[in-house]
Amino acid sequence: MDRGGRFGPDADDTGCAVLHVDMDAFFASVEVRRRPELRGKPVIVGGVGPRGVVSAASYQAREYGVHSAMPGARARRLCPHAVFLPPDFAAYSEASRAVMSIFHDVTPLVEPLSLDEAFLDVAGCRRRLGSAGQVAKLIRRRIADEQGLTASVGVAATKFVAKLASTQAKPDGLAVVPAAETLDFLHPLPVSALWGVGERTAETLRRLGLRTVADIAHTPVTSLRSALGNAAGSHVHELSWGRDPRRVTPEAVDKSIGAETTFDVDIDDSATLRTTMLALAGKTAARLRRVGLVGRTVVIKVRFADFRTVTRSRTLASPTDVTREVFDTAWALYEALRPGERIRLIGVRAENLLPAGQASLQPQLGAPEQGWREADRAADAARARFGSAAVTPASLLPQTDGGGSAAPGEPGD
Amino acid sequence: MKFRVERDALADAVAWTAKSLPNRPPVPVLAGVLLQVGDGRLLVSGFDYEVSSQVGVDIQADADGMILVSGRLLAEITRALPDKPVDVATEGSRVEITCGSARFTLPTMPVEDYPTLPEMPDAVGSVDSAAFASAVAQVAVAAGRDDTLPMLTGVRLEFEDSTLTMVATDRYRLAIKELQWRPDTPGGSTAALVPARTLAETARTLGALGGEVTLSMAAGGMGEGLIGFSGGGRRTTSRLLNDDFPKVKSLLPDSHAAQAKVPVGALTEVVKRVSLVAERNTPVRLSFSEEGLIIEAGGSDDARASEAMDCEYSGDPLTIAFNPAFLLDAVGVLEQPVAVLSLNDPKKLAVMGSASEDGELDPGYQHVLMPVRVGA
Repeated sequence: MDRGGRFGPDADDTGCAVLHVDMDAFFASVEVRRRPELRGKPVIVGGVGPRGVVSAASYQAREYGVHSAMPGARARRLCPHAVFLPPDFAAYSEASRAVMSIFHDVTPLVEPLSLDEAFLDVAGCRRRLGSAGQVAKLIRRRIADEQGLTASVGVAATKFVAKLASTQAKPDGLAVVPAAETLDFLHPLPVSALWGVGERTAETLRRLGLRTVADIAHTPVTSLRSALGNAAGSHVHELSWGRDPRRVTPEAVDKSIGAETTFDVDIDDSATLRTTMLALAGKTAARLRRVGLVGRTVVIKVRFADFRTVTRSRTLASPTDVTREVFDTAWALYEALRPGERIRLIGVRAENLLPAGQASLQPQLGAPEQGWREADRAADAARARFGSAAVTPASLLPQTDGGGSAAPGEPGD
Repeated sequence: MKFRVERDALADAVAWTAKSLPNRPPVPVLAGVLLQVGDGRLLVSGFDYEVSSQVGVDIQADADGMILVSGRLLAEITRALPDKPVDVATEGSRVEITCGSARFTLPTMPVEDYPTLPEMPDAVGSVDSAAFASAVAQVAVAAGRDDTLPMLTGVRLEFEDSTLTMVATDRYRLAIKELQWRPDTPGGSTAALVPARTLAETARTLGALGGEVTLSMAAGGMGEGLIGFSGGGRRTTSRLLNDDFPKVKSLLPDSHAAQAKVPVGALTEVVKRVSLVAERNTPVRLSFSEEGLIIEAGGSDDARASEAMDCEYSGDPLTIAFNPAFLLDAVGVLEQPVAVLSLNDPKKLAVMGSASEDGELDPGYQHVLMPVRVGA
């Protein structure tokens, strides 16, 4: 794209208040930051196990066609000399927090979309920090100086145009779409650029001969509605004219927090499932505690070898962020399900989330004032200081007797 | 098989037996009730492998016999019949029911496929049916409803000589009731974990009939134990739960730092009113002082409510929070008119009991509540 040109960093940002900040190859960049010897090399995070998928790929790896969500085996074929690393989410969360705190220095109106991207509303920063374009440059500079990472930023009048702009600016770029020129920016783009237009919708539109956003904009909304349905038809029509009423909503409260694992080979061994469930419950509860939430409902997900997937849930008497309670509930749900089949994936998540500070907890009879909850917090503190392996349930310790595939020592169940 | 029976007697017997039938029977015959005529009596039975129930009805028998018919359908029909004598007669593989000018013909199911009801175990003693019913009601309210913890869905009956102690807990509250029973052999000691729902329904039915309830028990290996209750021509057997009930009685505090006495009726009304603003799982807060009791619910951003009431209180001022549903359950089963709440600390167990108007404590019942921690 014309980086210095019409939608470049110095374009007119009048009427633009929305920033979309997207970290460049975030997980891979965090890895490169702590291992400078990897700089300039293709680095792929994830996709390590036989069924793993790629979580992130450095731009050098992307040149070989590797992208995230691609099966690891395919990535290895495309780019055999890449450096494959297991994901270290603790490191990425840490880096993410640092980046998000830069955003919060600029404006309280930060809507994180994931660890590595967020919308910012900077309308209120004008007097203090300057126009949206200037704020974008400031953020990019601070991320580079303070974190040694790069981010691409899109500046526009609406969220979805800002997101499109940041995509066009990648990597390490800044694109400003002047409010008055939104349609000039939008109309040449393919229909798939519109938010909510996936492969199926794009295919439907293509059959109607609609290939660009301009084509949609100049199609009567009634035709779009009959082709896509009322809601979707009106939606793409609005977007094609650059109309996106969504505001930047800070702190969108998570609907659920959880973790899941795909086994390398399908399993039916109860002891392995139990230890896996314990690890997943631990992750789920730790994530809840990290963001200061408690969950009232525990959900398990079980995918069988034939890809049939079932979920089971239980709502607790009292919301929790305690590993032990999440695990006990998850395991009871699994036991009640008792599938006699081989399992491909299990997951644990907490739903019905609310801030821990507002929650009232119904402890069990005779629960000590210092209970599992406090033990979890102490373990969190130890992990923060000594690393994630510092405190772990005994049954999750690696086997040291060289016993191969023997299941960890659990009381018989 | 052929007999004539009073409409009400038949309707009651069938309704009671059909109530315990499974909604989705694993085999079709289990949806049936068994009608047996012999010795001038009709026995109506139902069984789902866990619980069996049987009731005897006086009839005019013309021909002995045994049939199996859909319990739900027969219950609906007998309930709807006019108040006249009912004639029941088999016609081949069908049964004909005639009452006044109404006539029903129902298919029967093969009696041979129906499982044999468990033998009533040996009687071990008896208890006044009304006292038994009210004791069970006081305890069963605290039992768990979560099938993933089966041992908590039961009421534990502990027989120690002539004292019968009932205990139930769902981990958040605990109810303990002591009453007297008459063991056939004095000095014995045994225990049984009975499914709370079955126990509550059985005790309620037998309690309404008055008289005595005879208790029967058969110890068995894992899951084979059986308990029986009989009285007023009715008998129920239930399989016992595996008795891995937690040792909870040690949790009962042996002293208290503060005690409040509040009329049960007024307390119930105020808690109900105030908890209208308590969302699901948010607590009601009770603040006690010498001036009385203030009950509040709701958060700073949400709807709020508070109400003050008279209360006889001894101890330092104290605020404690409870799940309103648990609190109402506890107050709702007290037998005496004054609720007595013994407290130690806002984070420690509270014990609810009751006393008569002139302050005499009912020593037989304790309902232990774990307070809620606010904003942890």
